[in-house]
Amino acid sequence: MAKHPFHDVAVVGIANSEQARVLEGHDSTTITFQAVHRVLADTGLTPSDIDGIAAGPFSGPLTYYMRNGPSWRHYMAPSIPTILDAASAIATGQCHTVLVAHGSAGVYTERASTAPWTRPAHEFVVAYGMFTAAEFALIAQRHMHMHGTTPEQLATVAATIRNNGHAHPDAVYHGRGPFTPDDILASRMVADPFHLLDCAMTSEGACALILTTRERAQDLPTKPVYILGGACDSFGPSYQHPPAWDLAGPSGRNNGYTGRWAAQKSFAMGELGPTEVDVCEFYDPFSFEIIRQFEAYGFCEEGEGGEFIMDGRIGPGGQYPVTTDGGTMSFSHGGAAVQQLQRVIRGVEQLRGTCATAQVPDAQVAMCSNGGAGALFTDVMLLGTETP
Amino acid sequence: MSEILQPQSPGIPLPVPTLFSQPYWDGCQIGELRYQRCRDCGVITMDPAPACSACFSPNLDWEVSTGLGEVYSWTTVWRPQTPAFTVPYVAVIVTLDEGFWLLANLINSPVDAVRVGMRVKTTFVEVSEEITLPYFEPAD
Repeated sequence: MAKHPFHDVAVVGIANSEQARVLEGHDSTTITFQAVHRVLADTGLTPSDIDGIAAGPFSGPLTYYMRNGPSWRHYMAPSIPTILDAASAIATGQCHTVLVAHGSAGVYTERASTAPWTRPAHEFVVAYGMFTAAEFALIAQRHMHMHGTTPEQLATVAATIRNNGHAHPDAVYHGRGPFTPDDILASRMVADPFHLLDCAMTSEGACALILTTRERAQDLPTKPVYILGGACDSFGPSYQHPPAWDLAGPSGRNNGYTGRWAAQKSFAMGELGPTEVDVCEFYDPFSFEIIRQFEAYGFCEEGEGGEFIMDGRIGPGGQYPVTTDGGTMSFSHGGAAVQQLQRVIRGVEQLRGTCATAQVPDAQVAMCSNGGAGALFTDVMLLGTETP
Repeated sequence: MSEILQPQSPGIPLPVPTLFSQPYWDGCQIGELRYQRCRDCGVITMDPAPACSACFSPNLDWEVSTGLGEVYSWTTVWRPQTPAFTVPYVAVIVTLDEGFWLLANLINSPVDAVRVGMRVKTTFVEVSEEITLPYFEPAD
């Protein structure tokens, strides 16, 4: 008997489609189908083995074209909450094998503006030129004021992650480096304190995962990776209200550390703590967010994240390697959802031990995350090669 | 002397008020920065909402702010959201003296003068027949 229902669920399939700044000849549907074909090949499964689909707007079409109905389905653009919903559906017997997929191509065409998913219209921000970089900058600037966090520390995060992507053969920005912190600081300012190279890029691509029961996973060719824990923290809708670090309700729990309570729940489910994490596949929309997450999840004390990430601690061979494929800064950022799933995909790849670059030797526990405090939410997942 | 920040020019996207935020925008048109206070628990709610953010009571009354406050956080933006915006512009979250936050742009200030803790006051700029926008400017 598993100690937590999630422990009965394994990720058995992972795949990325081609990723590029622009994918000629593809739209969101065709590139999503490419990722689905690849994830089926990864697991050796066929459409008739799938009885649940969580692929946002593609859930309906995939169910129809795969003719795998009657099928469980989920219509929200998939990220960590969706994976946890899929795992819950499997653990509660609503279905046994779920395909999670998403893709985006041909969506960002008006390049004089920031990407459409970065600037949702809302009456209290629309007239002030807000978009994600500015929203997240308001969080970072507050932390810098409170704790003296420096642009050089932010740049060290960006250089580390961009160098991971520089080395990764499938990264959109493969070969663009190597970068030093000074290179980051020399790039043009976008929204103070973020230089261009402190920020996520935009690109196109798709990805997919397959989850199934622990029991079924034993008969598949891939090494199963188990869900040790997962939870989600939200403080409200993204990009509509002032992204204040100190936003809190009567609980006193503040937006600045969103993700902390999801992490605590996840660690409790997995019966482990930060020191047992081998690889940190943290979401990296902006450099500061990595510093924030180390503090939020309890890897270091509040205010010490800037110092914590220095001296190679988060690079290859360091104590807590982060975002080892290059993340949204260098690997890919295919819209609003794809790159969030890709944090989990990379975590699985690390625990399989099959990363072509930046493989963490004998990695057994991966922590994956989505979101960030400029967006008022952070979701967390812990993956393991074994369960308690 | 660095550049003095200006209000944005016509052509920027404008707010679309909702049923419960309309009194806020009506206030802006007559130079009042309005906020809601709970009749039951006394706590201020902002942005405008259909219920109190402390006790979720639906009984909210409108009050008028002094418009004075200090910068809580800021960012100077050099890459415009869309070509409708002129850079640089400065987005600030201001803690009003009454204790609520408002996000807006800073104007009538040198671009490099913004700091956390800077004293500011509300100023209003009419941008259409229906919409007057609150901005912040240095208080001193």
